[in-house]
Amino acid sequence: MQAEAALGRIGLWFLIMLAAIAAAVAAADSGFAAHATIVAVIAFAMIWISASRFDPLGKAQGFFRMPEGPSRYDDEPIRWGVIATVFWAVVGMLVGLIIALQLAYPLLNMEPWLNFGRLRPLHTSGVIFAFGGNILIASSYYVVQRTSRARLAFPSLARFVFWGYQLFLVLAASGYVLGVTQSREYAEPEWYVDLWLTIVWVAYLIVFVGTLARRTEPHIYVANWFYLSFIITIAMLHIVNNLAIPVHILGSHSYSLFAGVQDALTQWWYGHNAVAFFLTVPFLAMMYYFVPKQAERPIYSYRLSILHFWSLIFLYIWAGPHHLLYTALPDWAQTLGMVFSVVLWMPSWGGMINGLMTLNGAWDKVRTDPIIRMMVMALAFYGMATFEGPMLSIKAVNSLSHYTDWTIGHVHAGALGWNGMISFAAVYFLVPRLWRRERLYSLRWVNWHFWMATIGIVFYAASMWVSGITQGLMWREYGSDGYLVNSFADTVAALHPMYLLRAFGGSLYLAGVILMVANVWLTIVGRQRAEAPLHDAPYDPEADRPIVAQPAE
Amino acid sequence: MSTYDTLRHFADSYGLAVMMVVFLGMAAWPFRPGARDRNDAAANMIFKGQDDGE
Repeated sequence: MQAEAALGRIGLWFLIMLAAIAAAVAAADSGFAAHATIVAVIAFAMIWISASRFDPLGKAQGFFRMPEGPSRYDDEPIRWGVIATVFWAVVGMLVGLIIALQLAYPLLNMEPWLNFGRLRPLHTSGVIFAFGGNILIASSYYVVQRTSRARLAFPSLARFVFWGYQLFLVLAASGYVLGVTQSREYAEPEWYVDLWLTIVWVAYLIVFVGTLARRTEPHIYVANWFYLSFIITIAMLHIVNNLAIPVHILGSHSYSLFAGVQDALTQWWYGHNAVAFFLTVPFLAMMYYFVPKQAERPIYSYRLSILHFWSLIFLYIWAGPHHLLYTALPDWAQTLGMVFSVVLWMPSWGGMINGLMTLNGAWDKVRTDPIIRMMVMALAFYGMATFEGPMLSIKAVNSLSHYTDWTIGHVHAGALGWNGMISFAAVYFLVPRLWRRERLYSLRWVNWHFWMATIGIVFYAASMWVSGITQGLMWREYGSDGYLVNSFADTVAALHPMYLLRAFGGSLYLAGVILMVANVWLTIVGRQRAEAPLHDAPYDPEADRPIVAQPAE
Repeated sequence: MSTYDTLRHFADSYGLAVMMVVFLGMAAWPFRPGARDRNDAAANMIFKGQDDGE
């Protein structure tokens, strides 16, 4: 019976391999051929694995010391998700540091595969979809099981979601380096990779909704609302934005169904809602579960969390046009985007206040618990980025800031400060629990990570503010003769010191992440660092005795 | 009138009104009188049981 099943699996993988080889041979261009070859190699590896008794997954589980035996919840895909998260964090942020240095030293552009144009989407997708996406899938599996008090529905589908998502990431990343891109921001993968992601995403929705349907709790906890809206909305955005016709059925080129300004608006309807429903809403789901758990106090106001949820859902979807101010987009649409962006400030701060006030009465934990400190810093940056965003979307401000490094600074305050910090906190929360360790290897290392990351962000954001405003002012400066004063090269020269400071901030942030990798690895191995606790009430035996009455002299 | 015109006039009249009413209803729902206990129970449900580890 087992042999028959193995034979069936081999046959299936063999067919996939044959199809992939045929696609590689008949491919219309080299990028498509390379991707077909990747699929063929994976299929061949799967044949080899199925045919021999070799069990690489079991070996890898042993290597990563994954606990075995029956458990109350299905945590294996979550453990893989956490490992993928820290792996992709290093990749994505390392590429970020490289492109920051490329901007400072153009010599580092290695043509054609490793130039700035190809590495930039590798960085953005690497940190958003690979690092962010993996922690979102992993944490959603963790939270939905705990709050539903039910095991994951469709366990094999849940594993397919994880591995299928990694295949999407590999195809996307290798495509960027090879020059396969449809040049839509944050949606660069070509049509066939988009189709694959659609399949994976629908499977993800089925697993998540199936688990909710199996719940033994009457109420669906608010974090799951945020996760579910993320899964549904990303499916909608992804499908509409990527509507395209391939030039060749075995080729890596396609044309969008939309044209001109409609195409631009569709792209930024998608682009801004990727910020909303990928980088904000599901990270808030993490906030609504992990902050109360780590603080050991319920969320400040459950009612406010519901108000927060519906306000974000109803408002965010309209904010996209603020990416197209002063373009061919109709003026009323630009104003609409600006107004909704400004209105968004309120629910965003409502959510931030809800998270921060959860610590009401337990603020000492900020001093004694570095994980709480990371969460508080994440919420502070969430508040800062959601104030800066509405401000930048005001037309008058945008006329100065648009196309400058100010935008880059804004994005990174949000991404490094909010998404990064809350994700690191979640990783530190999850690892000891998933590997059944008593505690992390070192809390003091978490503290070091916190400070390296925070100082890194300060360098990054401050240098980009200065650089962005410098750029904006230099671009618009007219002389008395009515001509522009500065050439573009003048502005590039003026920004050089800021680019160096930005790279320094980025390297600090990356160093903190590498410290996290070490901490996670040593925790997995089961070691504990002998270290003094972060806070201890001082004890002085000299002072610890009754006051002896002194006779008057 | 073109399809575009029909749709956009629907969107900025009845469509807008329905969205507004649905939003206000959803947002006001947890604030209704008598929901306090349910909200407290929902906020505290993540602390029930021993669900941290396995």
